[in-house]
Amino acid sequence: MNIFLPILPEISIFISAIFLLLLGLFIKNIKLIINLAVVTLILAIFFVIYQPIGTAFNNSLVNDEFSKVIKILILLGSLASIIMYHSSRKDLNIDLYEFPILILLATIGMLVMASANDLIAIFIGLELQSLTLYVLASLNRNHLASSEAGLKYFLLGALSSGLLLFGLSYIYGFTGNTNLNLISTTVAPGNIGLIIGIVFVTSGLAFKVSAVPFHMWTPDVYEGAPTPVTAFFAMAPKVAAIAVAVRFLIVGFSDVAFEWQQIIIFLSIASMVFAAFAAIAQTNIKRLMAYSSIGHVGYALIGLACGTEQGISSIVIYLSIYLVMNIGVFSFILSMKYKGEHYENISDLSGLYKNHPYYSVIITVFMFSLAGIPPLAGFFGKFYIFIAAIESNLMLLAIIGILASVVGAFYYLRIIKVIYFDEEKHSFDGFNHKSLHLLIHPSAFLIILFCLYPLPLINIANYAANAFY
Amino acid sequence: MSDLPILSIIIFLPLLGVLLLSIINSKSSGGERNLKQTALWVSTLNFVISIVMLINFDQSNVDFQFVENYFWINSGISYHIGIDGISILLIILTTFLMPICILASYESIKHSIKEYLIAFLILETLMIGVFCSLDLVLFYLFFEGGLIPMFLIIGIWGGDRRVYSTFKFFLFTLAGSVFMLLAIIAIYMDTGTTDIVYLLDYDLDHSLQYIFWLAFFASFAVKIPMWPVHTWLPDAHVEAPTAGSVILAGVLLKMAGYGFIRFSLGLFPVASDYFAPLIFTLSIIAIIYASLIALVQKDMKKLIAYSSVAHMGFVTLGIFTFTIQGIEGAMIQMISHGIVSAALFLCVGIVYDRIHTREIDRYGGLVNRMPVYAFVFMIFIMGSIGLPGTSGFIGEFLVLLAVFSVNTYFAVFATTGVVLAATYSLWLYRKVVFGSLVKEDLQDILDLSKREIIILFPLAFLTIFFGFYPQPLIDIIEPATINLISNISNDINLTESITQIESEH
Repeated sequence: MNIFLPILPEISIFISAIFLLLLGLFIKNIKLIINLAVVTLILAIFFVIYQPIGTAFNNSLVNDEFSKVIKILILLGSLASIIMYHSSRKDLNIDLYEFPILILLATIGMLVMASANDLIAIFIGLELQSLTLYVLASLNRNHLASSEAGLKYFLLGALSSGLLLFGLSYIYGFTGNTNLNLISTTVAPGNIGLIIGIVFVTSGLAFKVSAVPFHMWTPDVYEGAPTPVTAFFAMAPKVAAIAVAVRFLIVGFSDVAFEWQQIIIFLSIASMVFAAFAAIAQTNIKRLMAYSSIGHVGYALIGLACGTEQGISSIVIYLSIYLVMNIGVFSFILSMKYKGEHYENISDLSGLYKNHPYYSVIITVFMFSLAGIPPLAGFFGKFYIFIAAIESNLMLLAIIGILASVVGAFYYLRIIKVIYFDEEKHSFDGFNHKSLHLLIHPSAFLIILFCLYPLPLINIANYAANAFY
Repeated sequence: MSDLPILSIIIFLPLLGVLLLSIINSKSSGGERNLKQTALWVSTLNFVISIVMLINFDQSNVDFQFVENYFWINSGISYHIGIDGISILLIILTTFLMPICILASYESIKHSIKEYLIAFLILETLMIGVFCSLDLVLFYLFFEGGLIPMFLIIGIWGGDRRVYSTFKFFLFTLAGSVFMLLAIIAIYMDTGTTDIVYLLDYDLDHSLQYIFWLAFFASFAVKIPMWPVHTWLPDAHVEAPTAGSVILAGVLLKMAGYGFIRFSLGLFPVASDYFAPLIFTLSIIAIIYASLIALVQKDMKKLIAYSSVAHMGFVTLGIFTFTIQGIEGAMIQMISHGIVSAALFLCVGIVYDRIHTREIDRYGGLVNRMPVYAFVFMIFIMGSIGLPGTSGFIGEFLVLLAVFSVNTYFAVFATTGVVLAATYSLWLYRKVVFGSLVKEDLQDILDLSKREIIILFPLAFLTIFFGFYPQPLIDIIEPATINLISNISNDINLTESITQIESEH
């Protein structure tokens, strides 16, 4: 029994997924399956919290403070996506019982990613996650854009998995180990084969987190996939992939930090700057959120580039706040419907505030928070990232990041402009789905009031970062 | 009394007002009236409390008073607030202008009055917070947070080109301020704290001071605004609703002046000394250039906006003389400008409400139909020129005195600005008020209503009162200023003697 204790959440979700798959064959009650999936995820959160720290399978999976915190974030993201799916499955024509099950399977992959301490475990986790995500992207198979998104995602994703695997093979070849802890003992500067390996693995991971220049799939997939799926893409897989990158680079290769630091710095600068400018011209709000997520990944990578305890802690803070903001924004996007039809263009929001002043205030809060304007939570995320950057003497990175945030502020402000300053267009009949209220109000509440008592999150982040130092 | 967290009450009372406003139903009969009354009473109450605070303020004490210090983020970044002789007057100015703004918006705001009032009360909280903060992160939070309500105020209730103006306002200010954020973080890394009281006594590394000073300067120069980054101000003023312009000119610009005194001078004295010639040059350019531009304006609000740029040039000029008269003059100039320019914008708003244009050519001969208006307008125009007997004179005189003692050439140029101010102000007054009433739409224009008299007369009274008797202001400002100057001169002299010793060896 003890051997399964470190992977209890994964196992419980797996059993539940298989059971629900069978149940779905006989019972046509999708609501029941959704409810059971939600219960499973909540149970898994409890398992993660009360799980002891330890390792499993010969140290190929570890359960430390960092993985625990990341797992909770992943589970919350999955939970929110299922609730969003529930609120819109009828309107979006994706009323399929497979959805919650696919989310559960992807969640297992991501949980494995969060604790993977071995090259093989990393790859297994990543593939389990990716394959489910390909299916999810094309879930609405009668819809051209959705199928296209799935296919595009699959082709590029397979390519990146190939790159990743290629890199992993190099690392194994030059160190003779697959375990990260063992690898770290054999790593020495100047080993060119190892550097090639790191470059390929980082490129593969950069694809998964959609960092520039491996971001090309993101806008199309975000736009084409059904909105709950897009929301899922923007939240949990991003967190999981960044967690893999953190563990891979910090545990395995901290001795050659100066080698990979340059790659991360480049990815970070390219993502922040590119996203800030590219987002300006977007008209579709889901596409805009795709560029926004590229930009936010750029900021999170600043923390990784530091490679310090403060850096890791700032990543955790940033990802948590990013997750909450995305839950709010995507719940809002799902509420943009009129006579049962969903709207996705920014111009559809025009004059929203005449009819829905309360929801306009909420989306304004999210937008200002995404832009990083104090006193909202998004500001604190950036604040800690910049603290880490300046502590590690990455002044140039901090300056570029902060200038990109000014450019980025422009496109968030544009949404607010459309909502408040433009003439009224639609009267949305949304905002009446009970389950969305469950997401949108608490997240807005957290974003606004975070400034009053930021301590708990900071403590959790320090606790998580403690795992590596 | 001393146990009561009076500063926190003043900061957060408007937020309580926001809660009250949000539960009032604006659609019910008399709902709008209730909203306006509530906002008015909350802001008036806040003014009364701040007056109580002024009475309890110990003028002879140079330390920070009404200090509250609570744990916030960590041991280095705390919720630390308090006031001294420099900040208290600006707080009073804020709480004083706020009821006036709300009263001024009673009829000019046609839609979404509830959101409008909420935005103003949130803005009040943030503005007072700026002047009270004794922690850099807390200060930044309030300083930047103010952008959100102001962005919405200009964007929703502004004029035709409101979107352009509000974006320009937001992005200019944000771009300036983010450098300050980086500097704040760097200071935190360097010293382990962002507590201002601690940092004021701490001698920062001199080579870092230059960088930090420039970063803070980037933020304050945009906000105050100095030439050449002043271009957002005329746009923002022209498009903002009247009360928005009043707050913008009256308080928001002062946040930067306050920042210069408190942070640039207080935290980086050596760098301030080093960069003073730069500030002088930019201020002189601002004064003369903005005055000349003001001369050719067709829009009343734009003219007053450019005059603001020129007047704030005197403020920066005074601050960086490092003399007691200079800083006192700058403070009085800020208070005076807060009263006078706010009043001028109100005066423009009053005629704008009547015939909906701000074009100077569309007016003329108003004195025939609006004698009371012409009278108060004249007082404020005189205040803007800096005529002896108005508050504007005291500030400008002290500043010029200080500049003269530092550098005669700069003083000569600055004095030119006073002459130019008289030119454009009198020109504006002559075009609008004098002459015969020939314009069609002005034939049946009405004089000030009771509400407008209530708004303008306190401002007119203060303009003249402080012109003849500025002693109450000076009594409050002087101890804090002397304290500041002695701290700065210690630091600067120390540096000079060190460089002297080094060069001798």
